[in-house]
Amino acid sequence: MLTKQISVFIENRAGRLAHVTGVLRDAGINIRALSMGDAPDFGIFRLVVSDTATALRALRESGFLAEVSDVVAVEIPDRPGSLAEVLEALAAGQVNVEYMYTSLSEEHGKALVFLRFEDANRAVDVLTGAGARIVTMGGGLMG
Amino acid sequence: MIWDREHECMDRGELRALQMDRLQATLARVYERVPFYRQRFDERGMKPSDVRCLEDLARLPFLGKADLREHFPYGLFAVPMREVVRVHASSGTTGKPTVVGYTRADLETWAEAMARLVTAAGVTADDIAQISFGYGFFTGAFGLHYAMERIGATVLPVSGGNTQRQVETMLNFGSTALICTPSYALRIAEVAAEMGVAVKDMPLRLGLFGAEPWSENMRREIEARLGVFATDNYGMSEIIGPGVSGECERREGLHINEDHFLVEVIDPETGEVLPEGSTGELVFTSLTKEAFPVIRYRTRDISQVTTAPCACGRTTARMARVFGRTDDMLIIRGVNVFPSQIEEVLLAVEGAEPQYQIVVARDGALDDIEVQLEVAPQIFSDGARKMFSLREYVEHRLEAALGIGVRVKLMEPGSLERSQGKAQRVIDKREI
Repeated sequence: MLTKQISVFIENRAGRLAHVTGVLRDAGINIRALSMGDAPDFGIFRLVVSDTATALRALRESGFLAEVSDVVAVEIPDRPGSLAEVLEALAAGQVNVEYMYTSLSEEHGKALVFLRFEDANRAVDVLTGAGARIVTMGGGLMG
Repeated sequence: MIWDREHECMDRGELRALQMDRLQATLARVYERVPFYRQRFDERGMKPSDVRCLEDLARLPFLGKADLREHFPYGLFAVPMREVVRVHASSGTTGKPTVVGYTRADLETWAEAMARLVTAAGVTADDIAQISFGYGFFTGAFGLHYAMERIGATVLPVSGGNTQRQVETMLNFGSTALICTPSYALRIAEVAAEMGVAVKDMPLRLGLFGAEPWSENMRREIEARLGVFATDNYGMSEIIGPGVSGECERREGLHINEDHFLVEVIDPETGEVLPEGSTGELVFTSLTKEAFPVIRYRTRDISQVTTAPCACGRTTARMARVFGRTDDMLIIRGVNVFPSQIEEVLLAVEGAEPQYQIVVARDGALDDIEVQLEVAPQIFSDGARKMFSLREYVEHRLEAALGIGVRVKLMEPGSLERSQGKAQRVIDKREI
C-alpha cells in the first residue's frame, strides 16, 4: 500500500537540481512527482519515479546522497473539496501529516497527493476506513 | 622491542653529558665551516667554547625557515658538495623550497634513528611495509624506507597516489604495515570501503603515520576502518626528516632521539625558553649531523616535552602529539583557534565523516568562520528538520570547544577536494 520516494541531499548551488534530473534522464527514468522546498543552504529533493531501484542506483553512482522512504499516495478527484475530505479523515483519526506534495494523475480528472507520516501503516488504516483510494507507485523496489 | 637499548635507555645524566660533547663539537664545526653561523657568534662576541652547558644554548639566536631560503640552495651546508651524497627539499609553498643535504654518515644516522622508531611502533622483520608517502624530494618515504630495510622488514615502495591501487597492493602483496599521512590513511579506508573490502579482510596490523597534525579521534577512526594499531611519528626535513621522534606501544607521547636532536620548548611570541611541561614551540638543534647541522631551528610546531620515565623502559624525553602549528593557528576575533580543535569536535559527532574544510573570511571588520562538513550516508535522513538539528548540534559543540561562534555548512559527499598528501583543511580568505 506504500509508495517509495527518493530523497536526495542537495546543496544550494547552481546546477545541482539539473544534475539530478540529468542523471534520471540518462537512466531512462520518468519523474511522477517531486517536491523541493526553499533551501537557504541545503535542501532535500524528493521524487517519486517510474523505477525507484534504477533511479537510486544511478543517483548513488553519480555521487549523490540518496535514500528511499515510504509515502502514501492517494488518488483524489480533481475538484474542490476532495483534498479537504482526505485531510479531515486523517484529522479525525488523530494522524499527523509530516509533509505532502501533489501531482496530476495519469488518469484524466484525477490528482495524486503524496503524504508522509510518522506511522504510515496507521495512516493507511485510517484512509482505507474513510474510503480513500490508495495507489502504489515507484515500481521496481519491493517491500 | 627496543632497537638501540644503549641510547634509548641511557641514564639521563650520561645522556646530558653525551649531548653536551656533541653540542660542542657541532658548534665548533659550524663556526669553522658555515659563514652564517660564524657571523652570528661574532656579532655577539661569542666563541663556541662560551657554550659551557646545555642551558647556554639559549644565548644563541634561532634559525628560521627564512634563513634557509636566504641561503638557498647550499649556503648552510657544512661540508663540500663532494661529501654530500643526497639532497632533499621541502615544497616551497611561498617562494623557494628549503634544501637539505646528507653525507654518507648522515644517511646512516637517519636510518638508525628511524629504525628505533619503527621498532618502537611494533614493526619487526616479519612485517611487509607499504610505503605510501610520495618518493621524491620529500623525506617521508626515504626515511621510512631505509629504516624498514635496516630492521629487516619487507619494503613495498608504492609511493603516494592512485588510491585504488594502494588498496589492491595491500590485498595482493599482504601489507601488514601502512606508512602514510593520517589523512591519506582515511582516504585509503574510504576507497577500500567503496571497493567493498571488509576490515577483516585487510592484512594490515600496524599503521605508522606522520607528516601532518592529527587527533586521537582520527586515530580511533583510522584504527576502526583499517584494523591497525596506529602510531604517530614526527620529523621534518630541516632536522633530518622523519626520525626525530615517535610513539612506542604505550602511546603516551613521542620518544625523541635525544642523542641526535636536542629539544627546547619556547614561547613563540617572546622566544623565551619555557620550563619542562609547558606548551610552546619546539626548537631543535642537531647534535650529530654533518652536511646540514641546524642550531636552534624553530619548527613552528606546538607541543610539550616531558622527561618523566615511560613504562616502556626508554629514558628519552617524550613530546606530546603536535597540537598545531604556529602558522596554522588562526586568530579569529582575537581567539586562538587550531584546526585540530575543530577536527576533534567533528570526529566526535557520531557518524560525521572526517571530510571538512575551514573557511575563514572577513565580513566588514568581523572575522567569520565557516566549517564545511560533508554529510555521511549514515547520518543523512529524509527529514529536513533532522538535518537542521544535526547542523545546530555541531555548531553548539564547536562553540563550546572554541569559545567562538562557528557556522556549519553541510555539503554533499565528495564535494570537498580529497587529499593525496597533506590535507588542505584551512582556507583563509581574509585580506589583512
